[in-house]
Amino acid sequence: MFDLTGKKALVTGASGGIGAQIARALHAQGATVALSGTRVAPLEALAAELGERALVVPGNLADAAGTEQLAKDAEAALGQIDILVNNAGLTRDQLALRMKDDDWQSVLDVNLTAAFRLSRAVLRGMMKRRWGRIIGITSIVGVTGNPGQANYAASKAGMIGMSKSLAAEVASRGITVNCVAPGFITTAMTDALNSEQKDKLLTAIPSGRMGEPGEIAAGVVYLASDEAAYVTGQTLHINGGMAMI
Amino acid sequence: MSDVAERVKKIVVDHLGVEEGKVTENASFIDDLGADSLDTVELVMAFEEEFGCEIPDDAAEKILTVKDAIDFIKANAAA
Repeated sequence: MFDLTGKKALVTGASGGIGAQIARALHAQGATVALSGTRVAPLEALAAELGERALVVPGNLADAAGTEQLAKDAEAALGQIDILVNNAGLTRDQLALRMKDDDWQSVLDVNLTAAFRLSRAVLRGMMKRRWGRIIGITSIVGVTGNPGQANYAASKAGMIGMSKSLAAEVASRGITVNCVAPGFITTAMTDALNSEQKDKLLTAIPSGRMGEPGEIAAGVVYLASDEAAYVTGQTLHINGGMAMI
Repeated sequence: MSDVAERVKKIVVDHLGVEEGKVTENASFIDDLGADSLDTVELVMAFEEEFGCEIPDDAAEKILTVKDAIDFIKANAAA
């Protein structure tokens, strides 16, 4: 089950904790993976770890030109893109009253607008081949909201709405568009919390622990597989029961 | 260049799965041939591939009938 042999996947934000694990998991199922991000050194290290079927395609998702260039570079490197994982994301947390326009815009640009541009770029080939998977890594806060994250939560909620619309447009062509919504996962982003914050957090998670990047990657592998062909427009919440939606 | 018309019609027949007789020059993709909006996007992609030309979005929006497609391609495809 979940065999991805011969499939070509582009993973954005592959230098991060969750993105790297998604790339490893897709690769382990047989896919060829293009690793994208702005920091080249960790991408090169990951490509070296994976060995064959792993390519580094650096890219900057902050503007239209960089994003469209990444789509072209990745398609040239892979030959075609069957699986797109829109994982790249950044946070600029701040109470709304203190949030600058730039904090808002830069988060929306990378987390949402770049995901749209990449999706649009890969759909053409997917439509021709009558097969494709677009998977957005959203977040629990896109559904629940979170103080200090008006920009981030808006971008993640936007990704869910965008994915549902795309899913409806292209379902008849063998393309599915879904989201995975992680709860609290052990990454550099959550390592920054102090132990008091973590303890408080854990009381809100029925599983009583944080999630692991591999548990997110497993959901992505499922949605990328042939077995999930009838799943589209959905958001798979992987959060230890923290929110049951 | 009359074979442009034949090639366009063949693409339309293949793509939309309609009878050849229905694909007249004045047939509208959506109103007469049962295409949906995504079909029209795919037809434009197929024309671009067949004739090696680029059809910009604003031009593609005006290609509503078989004749529109033939005329655009005759005017813009590499001779």
